[in-house]
Amino acid sequence: MTATLTPTTPGAARLHAAFARAKSEGRAAFIPFMTAGYPTAQAFPAVADALLGQADILEVGIPYSDPLGDGPTIQRASEQALAGGTSTRHTLALVRELRSRHDTPIVIMTYVNPIYAVGPREFMRLAQEAGVDGLILPDLPPDQDLEIADLAAEHGMAVTFLIAPTSTPARVKLVAEACTGFLYAVSVTGVTGTREGSALNEVPAMLALARQHAKVPVAVGFGVKDAETAAQVAQVADGVVVGSAFINAVKAGQDVGALAASIREGCSQN
Amino acid sequence: MSLQLPTYPQPDERGRFGRFGGRYVPETLIPALDELQAAYTEARNDPAFLNELERLLKDFVGRPSGLYLAQRLTEHAGGAKIYLKREDQNYTGAHKINNCLAQALLAKRMGKQRVIAETGAGQHGVASATAAALLGLECIVYMGAEDIRRQALNVFRMKLLGAEVREVTSGTSTLKDATNEAIRDWVTNVRDTFYILGSVVGPHPYPAMVRDFQSIIGEEVKVQHQALEGRPVPDAIVACVGGGSNAIGIFAPFAYLPEDQRPLLIGTEAAGEGVESGRHAASVAGGRVGVLHGAMMYLLNDDEGQIVPPHSISAGLDYPGIGPEHCLYSETGVAQYVPVTDAQALDALQLLTRLEGIIPALETAHAIHAAVNLARTMRPDQTVVVNLSGRGDKDVAEVMRLLDLGREQDAAPTPRTPEVHA
Repeated sequence: MTATLTPTTPGAARLHAAFARAKSEGRAAFIPFMTAGYPTAQAFPAVADALLGQADILEVGIPYSDPLGDGPTIQRASEQALAGGTSTRHTLALVRELRSRHDTPIVIMTYVNPIYAVGPREFMRLAQEAGVDGLILPDLPPDQDLEIADLAAEHGMAVTFLIAPTSTPARVKLVAEACTGFLYAVSVTGVTGTREGSALNEVPAMLALARQHAKVPVAVGFGVKDAETAAQVAQVADGVVVGSAFINAVKAGQDVGALAASIREGCSQN
Repeated sequence: MSLQLPTYPQPDERGRFGRFGGRYVPETLIPALDELQAAYTEARNDPAFLNELERLLKDFVGRPSGLYLAQRLTEHAGGAKIYLKREDQNYTGAHKINNCLAQALLAKRMGKQRVIAETGAGQHGVASATAAALLGLECIVYMGAEDIRRQALNVFRMKLLGAEVREVTSGTSTLKDATNEAIRDWVTNVRDTFYILGSVVGPHPYPAMVRDFQSIIGEEVKVQHQALEGRPVPDAIVACVGGGSNAIGIFAPFAYLPEDQRPLLIGTEAAGEGVESGRHAASVAGGRVGVLHGAMMYLLNDDEGQIVPPHSISAGLDYPGIGPEHCLYSETGVAQYVPVTDAQALDALQLLTRLEGIIPALETAHAIHAAVNLARTMRPDQTVVVNLSGRGDKDVAEVMRLLDLGREQDAAPTPRTPEVHA
């Protein structure tokens, strides 16, 4: 069941179009994640280019000193990026540079403190200038800050909040209705990172609940690491987010573009 | 039943004390926080819960802790009478046990067999492990690698009590990182795990709940001060502040009195090597408003939002934020927060030890320093109550190391020092 989309901002429109395009090709949208400035500020653009070559939407994470929703892989990537000098403003500069070469929508994943420290209005201005289409806010339940979404909209950007397997129907409704870009369903109770075995059994029930309330596409992330797990998620979701697996690939010196191509393939819904 | 939990103002419906506090956490935890809040609300009105808590506080912890007139310290300061609220007399050696027993009882009541905790100095970890042993709960304590080094004795105590101590090596390997890791564990195991949070920080309802559990400190002071001085309210109260649980425990019972009846409330923040040095843990004096561990508060963070690693001689104050209710007290002038350096605390520790035979924790020593300076400016008919939040046994090895270092540094430039290179 997909309700009609009425994107409120240019960013939301671009994101919705990316989901629609993937759907028309018989796929769930493929949304790879990479920590900005990882493995180094110099090497990041090439990694991002490789991902953008396959992505329907790219998610770029602002490195943060205390990422409490992230597992060890993204924690270490953030520490390394920060040590290399990539913090909040530099992340936006890196996105701006990517935007000069790519038209694929780019969303920023950030904990809320960097937004508050830069100043919400100033942050939104910089993000808009950089060409950011949307924000993913992992530690900001929508009822904690009633102004962020409006401020993002004022600057042409969409917002994405998260639901989890523990979310009650009332919370799913509240969160889903606050999302203007897409809704992000966390596949497991836990932090980001690849897991042993498949732990995606809670996804279908959560998605069914989400679709009762979401007017925007629903993407699933956490624990999706390869074509196989992507395929499982793609059966029920509009989009598939993959993060730690790419950090691990970069760390191991593997071909990120090839991994991305294989996972994109896995997103097929046919 | 005589134990009542206090009814100080609760945070607003979004979990805020003014603009501070809230619930900036992954959505996964929101239902768990709602569940905790409901369970706490129910428990605090249940005579069975209150009776059991009262029994444990009295017979297991040894409450009430004394309110002790420090005569030689008073003479040394030469002003107001200095009383020590002896939380160091509690079983396990600090105020932390007050909160841990209450939360562990709540965990049991909620049917959660697994409890987790973060710890800095190890006092909260030991208290959590103790409560878990007492109530037959599985206990996992997250502790930074740096703190494990500084507090080896407490690490062993926790293990002896049957807890698993998990070393945290992310970030700065101290309390804030241990707290991150405990929250990550909770996000992962939320359905069967209770998070025993040790301070008045974290997402709502923790700051208010921990305050309520610790406020027995200040409530006892009222009764004891009445008996000793013929009036319930002292002229001033001093407590050290990291996250701020011992301070809120002794402040809150007085903070909501009308302004003309309210004592002077002084919180001492760890100024480390000095606020201007940048190496400190003084969130009010040297921080700005930000979000960490689920709450908005004064926080050491840079202009791009990265948390600035705190520094303090004491592991328990080595935290980059300060509880939301303290932030509100500071903003509204209900309490004042003053910085005290490592060196001042180390001196105060020795001063109290020599004059009163009481070795305080390094954390507590920060409050002693400020209390002596404050008492000096007051009249002999006035009183200052210091929350002696913990004893210094855990710090003896570290203090020995620091004093040896100090002696070497003092000695180095002196020509009279014999050149011994044995």
